[in-house]
Amino acid sequence: MTSTLSGDPRLKSVDRAIKKNGARGDALLEVLNTAQETFGYLSQDLIRYVARELHVPLARVYGVATFYHLFTFKPKGEHTCIVCLGTACYVKGAGDIVAALEAEYEVKSGGTTADGRLSVTTARCLGSCGLAPMLVLDGAVLARNDANATLERVAVVLAGTPAQEAD
Amino acid sequence: MQPHDLQTIASKVQAVRGKQRTRLMCCGSTACLSSGAEAVRTALDQAVKAQGLAADVHVGTSGCLGLCGRGPLVRREADGEPALTYHDVDAEVAAQIVAAEAPSAPDVTAPDLTAHILPETHPFFARQHKVVLALNGTIDPEHLEDYIAHGGYAAFARVVTTMSPAEACDEVKRSGLRGRGGAGFPTGIKWRAVLDHPGERKFVIANGDEGDPGAYMDRTVMEDLPHQVIEGMLIAGYAVGAQQGYLYVRGEYPLAVKRLEKAIRAAGRQGLLGANIFGTDFSFKLDIRIGAGAFVCGEETALMASVEGSRGVPRMRPPYPAQSGLWGCPTLINNVETFANIAPLFAGGAEKFASVGTEKSKGTKIFALAGKLSQTGLIEVPMGITLREIVFTIGGGIPDGKAFKAAQTGGPSGGCIPAEHLDTPVDYESLRALGAIMGSGGLIVLDETSSMPDVARFFMEFCADESCGKCVPCRVGTVQMHGLLDKIMQQRATPADIEKLQRLGELVKRTSLCGLGQSAPNPVLSTLRYFRHEYDALVSEGQA
Repeated sequence: MTSTLSGDPRLKSVDRAIKKNGARGDALLEVLNTAQETFGYLSQDLIRYVARELHVPLARVYGVATFYHLFTFKPKGEHTCIVCLGTACYVKGAGDIVAALEAEYEVKSGGTTADGRLSVTTARCLGSCGLAPMLVLDGAVLARNDANATLERVAVVLAGTPAQEAD
Repeated sequence: MQPHDLQTIASKVQAVRGKQRTRLMCCGSTACLSSGAEAVRTALDQAVKAQGLAADVHVGTSGCLGLCGRGPLVRREADGEPALTYHDVDAEVAAQIVAAEAPSAPDVTAPDLTAHILPETHPFFARQHKVVLALNGTIDPEHLEDYIAHGGYAAFARVVTTMSPAEACDEVKRSGLRGRGGAGFPTGIKWRAVLDHPGERKFVIANGDEGDPGAYMDRTVMEDLPHQVIEGMLIAGYAVGAQQGYLYVRGEYPLAVKRLEKAIRAAGRQGLLGANIFGTDFSFKLDIRIGAGAFVCGEETALMASVEGSRGVPRMRPPYPAQSGLWGCPTLINNVETFANIAPLFAGGAEKFASVGTEKSKGTKIFALAGKLSQTGLIEVPMGITLREIVFTIGGGIPDGKAFKAAQTGGPSGGCIPAEHLDTPVDYESLRALGAIMGSGGLIVLDETSSMPDVARFFMEFCADESCGKCVPCRVGTVQMHGLLDKIMQQRATPADIEKLQRLGELVKRTSLCGLGQSAPNPVLSTLRYFRHEYDALVSEGQA
């Protein structure tokens, strides 16, 4: 089987995670976490690689990877906007923010725009309910948003200026 | 390390700190960091340096100071003066805060700072009772020595050198501590069951898979008091005869993982984890397991499957984890907040612990207070406090002149409590009697503009999505209930649909395999109980 991964230097950190856990099958979650952190998503080849190195059936690796929400099997867009849909954010209108983003960029939550520039995802609760409704735009936490402010900020990021921290 | 070495470390820290008159602790929690706490910390450091005050003023990073809605926060502790908290601090205000510490400066209540000062007597702080979070705001979460200087690991040292495991279990039993994950099982009885079950290998697991949307108590405890969690797990490990512990942390909490990792390394270096701790026969190893976003993993049997590296699918109980848990071995599994209660419990003794709270619910509970409130944030209150006090005294009431409608506790597993029950004491039994639950500590306040059927739909969508799919009532029932709620919200429903929703809710509750399915109908059933008129209105508006 040929792999697009052979010789990829990023495999080193995956190998480290495997070694650190003694190459045991019960370390599967830790290894998959590291793999996704390093590569951004779990490709077919990467899943095969983990199965082989941990001596775990491919079906089990796939079964575990698809069970947990944090694992993703498609590459992310250039920019990501995560809207918190925790209860506090929801009652303060986070649903409208998601709807506005979906309409403006013609993308379903969880997906990436056709041009690969923006991924829109939702989170269950990011645990900063005092800042509701909050979102994370390219890693920056933005507090107390509404639909219009969010669209403006996303437009700024897509135009090439980094996101501003919350006020 | 020997027990007396703790005292040596404490003295060293106090020797340095003792000379500094004022301690300024900048909140380093996620909420404050995201509103600019890092810049505030830098500004404090620079101002202290620029004004040559390093000998008098200590600047540090603290855990969550509570009033997350008004961050960044800075807590000031000074010898002989009451502590106070500065809110909405920016770099400019930080410089003023330091300037006020100069010997020649007027005192801290100089006019330009008063707008930023919250005294300890402010209702948000005054009605709280801190047992678990007592050290929060005083110690730096990333410094083991700081924790030791404030009595950390002394309770563990005493337990492991002077008590038998059975005595330790009894102490917990006498304290009346119950599980803080929400169900409220007596902790001492659980410990004793693991101790009594024969087995060479035993495990201790801390459940830090805090999945309820709107809850962040466990995140705060893990981020801010990592050593207190570890000390609780060590005492538990000794009491039940375990040699290995796992901290299962939600994948969405990178800062908690980072601080716990650092804390485990620091404790290991000092010999507080590892082989023959304090020169005794007791050895204990602690590892972190990171979740990957599955709500059902908060259920204990699912969590254990996840620790073993499998899909987080729950199984039937019995056998209970105390009999057959991780890899078939007797396993103690407690919530993170429960473990954080252990060191204070042993430090003060079971009687002191039990002096707070109600007859059947002892101690305190941490709540994440959010929603339509003037003051949102993290609070620790004595059991038995009324909801009214939490909402209107600590939370400051509803902003914009709106009326209170309901308090939602327990997230997707809990229920809504209407205004007529605001004087209910917060304890396990009273909340259950109202159709809500204590839950892990999410408390969301809804005002008159919130639609209760919409809130119920929100939680049902969550449960349908998070159902693991193993048992039919939960897998199919949650989806059907969500469909009915959709229909109701779109005003396409008939009165028969509401009856169907009610019946289905009771069925799913009675017949699901694990806690997720058994509690998933709660938000629906409790809103049907107290806010039936809102459902009926949507139906009759639709039919008209």
